[in-house]
Amino acid sequence: MTTSLLIVQILNGLQFGILLFLVAAGLTLVFGVMDFINLAHGVQYMLGAYLAVTFVGLTGNFLLGLALALAAALLIGLALEFLVFRHLYERDHLDQVLATFGLILLLNQGVKIIWGAAPLSVPVPEFLTGSVRLMDGILYPVYRFALIGSGLAVGGLLWFIVEKTRTGMLLRAGASNASMVSALGVDIRKLFMVVFAFGTMLAGFAGAMAAPILSVEPGMGDTVLILAFVVIVVGGIGSIRGAFVGALIVGLVDTLGRSFMNDLLRLFMSAPSARATGAALSSMLIYLVMAIVLFVRPEGLLPAKGRS
Amino acid sequence: MSLAPAPADVALAEAARPAAPPRRRPLIAILLFLTLAAMPLAVSLGVPAHWLTLVTRAMIFAIAALSLDLILGVGGLVSFGHAAFIGIGAYATGIMITEGRSEALLILPVILAACALFAAITGAVSLRTRGVAFIMITLAFGQMAYFLAQALSAYGGDDGLTLYERSTLAGFKPFANRTSFYYVTLATLAGCYALISTIVASRFGRALRAARENATRVTVTGYDVGRIRLVAYVISGMIAGLSGFLLANQTDFVSPAFISWQRSGELIFMVVLGGVGSLHGAIIGALAYLFAEDVLSGWTEHWRVIFGPLIVLFVLFTRGGLVGIIGKLASRFGSRRDD
Repeated sequence: MTTSLLIVQILNGLQFGILLFLVAAGLTLVFGVMDFINLAHGVQYMLGAYLAVTFVGLTGNFLLGLALALAAALLIGLALEFLVFRHLYERDHLDQVLATFGLILLLNQGVKIIWGAAPLSVPVPEFLTGSVRLMDGILYPVYRFALIGSGLAVGGLLWFIVEKTRTGMLLRAGASNASMVSALGVDIRKLFMVVFAFGTMLAGFAGAMAAPILSVEPGMGDTVLILAFVVIVVGGIGSIRGAFVGALIVGLVDTLGRSFMNDLLRLFMSAPSARATGAALSSMLIYLVMAIVLFVRPEGLLPAKGRS
Repeated sequence: MSLAPAPADVALAEAARPAAPPRRRPLIAILLFLTLAAMPLAVSLGVPAHWLTLVTRAMIFAIAALSLDLILGVGGLVSFGHAAFIGIGAYATGIMITEGRSEALLILPVILAACALFAAITGAVSLRTRGVAFIMITLAFGQMAYFLAQALSAYGGDDGLTLYERSTLAGFKPFANRTSFYYVTLATLAGCYALISTIVASRFGRALRAARENATRVTVTGYDVGRIRLVAYVISGMIAGLSGFLLANQTDFVSPAFISWQRSGELIFMVVLGGVGSLHGAIIGALAYLFAEDVLSGWTEHWRVIFGPLIVLFVLFTRGGLVGIIGKLASRFGSRRDD
């Protein structure tokens, strides 16, 4: 276990955490304001990636393709809101879970029909290729830095909107008491649409940004969705700050666990049994972290204010 | 002291209340079991033989759905990780058969103990939360079991584990023959149904159901709601483990896909499709689900494109599940004894 490897893996963990944050932020926002649990959030991330594949391929320009993919993701999201989600806000969580589960089945299979089951990829844009030299012998790809940077920028923007603007004030008010906000004359349906559009864009953006470094395949959203759940539970449901902290914890623990668990176990185990135990343990690690956090603080690390 | 549900959400409670009008519902259950018992006879009279395999598989899932209904329907706890228990049962069976211990009387105690342990640990953590957090956490624990199964490289890992023989039961081989397998499964299902019905009707079951409506009131009445829920969760997990044993024997194969979160979602859908909290609804839901899957996947490999929207439409436009629909039809025909 060398220092350079450690630094690279910490950066990888950060980058993974930022990606998870983008997905989890939308999920927790929608849940916090609308009390709506949207399992289809993961497939919206997947759609973002697939749309990026198509539009970057069509235009040959990464930024233009990204913008078109985001617009298309938003349109699909709003269509889903209009057709399905809108009718579920008043229902109990069981109905929401089931209906959005149905959408997952539809969209995962639909993607297979349209784009095929084989993994696709997006080429890394030319102006972001190459690597940065951090120290002697440590190179790190520019694109991954760009991903960390843009993720942080979006996170900062989100913080600004939620904390400093009128819309954000309504969001926070809606999260504490939606019916009161409605009684004060705010069009709550419009507010819900805005929140939902935010969430969809965040998930689509995460998917599109992940497309050049991950393989784009059906079901890629499911893994991310479940990790986003872990993030939200660790951070505190409905809390964006919590989602940020939770995402970094999950991203780092998962990445570092996968790369160093073997070496750690090798200290007191034979190589083959360390490999077997390490594989099992490192894939379970984040769930163990979640269990510990819940055991100590059932409401999460940074629970949203004003929710009971 | 009455433990009647609070009038708060009457519509929901009406849709979900188990065994409320006492006469008609057991009648449906009796008809259901009689039909199931007559199935092999129907096959010998010309019904397609693969139906027997299909109904066996459906009954295996019905056992799991039934156990889920105890915590989801009666207890109001939406567990999204129930497939983990099927997986534990299936993997314990697969591993023990591979190691040359194929006697069910040896395997079953191991399954029950393993499921009880897993349920006790994950239940103790996840029951500290309510509502959506509970859904997310059970989903995460289910996923943990999934990755654990993937990491079991000695027993197939990602590819799964093929079984070259089936279990014996006290030295006999009831799982080798399709018809006797059918009857063993039916007997297990009937036993589980009787057990869970008894639990639901007991003081414990009433406290569990009442805690769904108003946990504070039940606590004030002197019950330890947390412990009641945990016990129900453990019982439910152990019963689902039994279905894993049968499933591994029927498919001669065990793989991480048994534990995938889609499987847990399907189990929830079976319960809701049949009618939440009515117990026999879970059985009807499982049968309907597997028949629908069989028919649709016969049409196209992309059957999920049809099935997904069907789930959405079902949730949006029906309440009370198939049992509710049957009840409505029955009351239209037999309006004389109606309420």
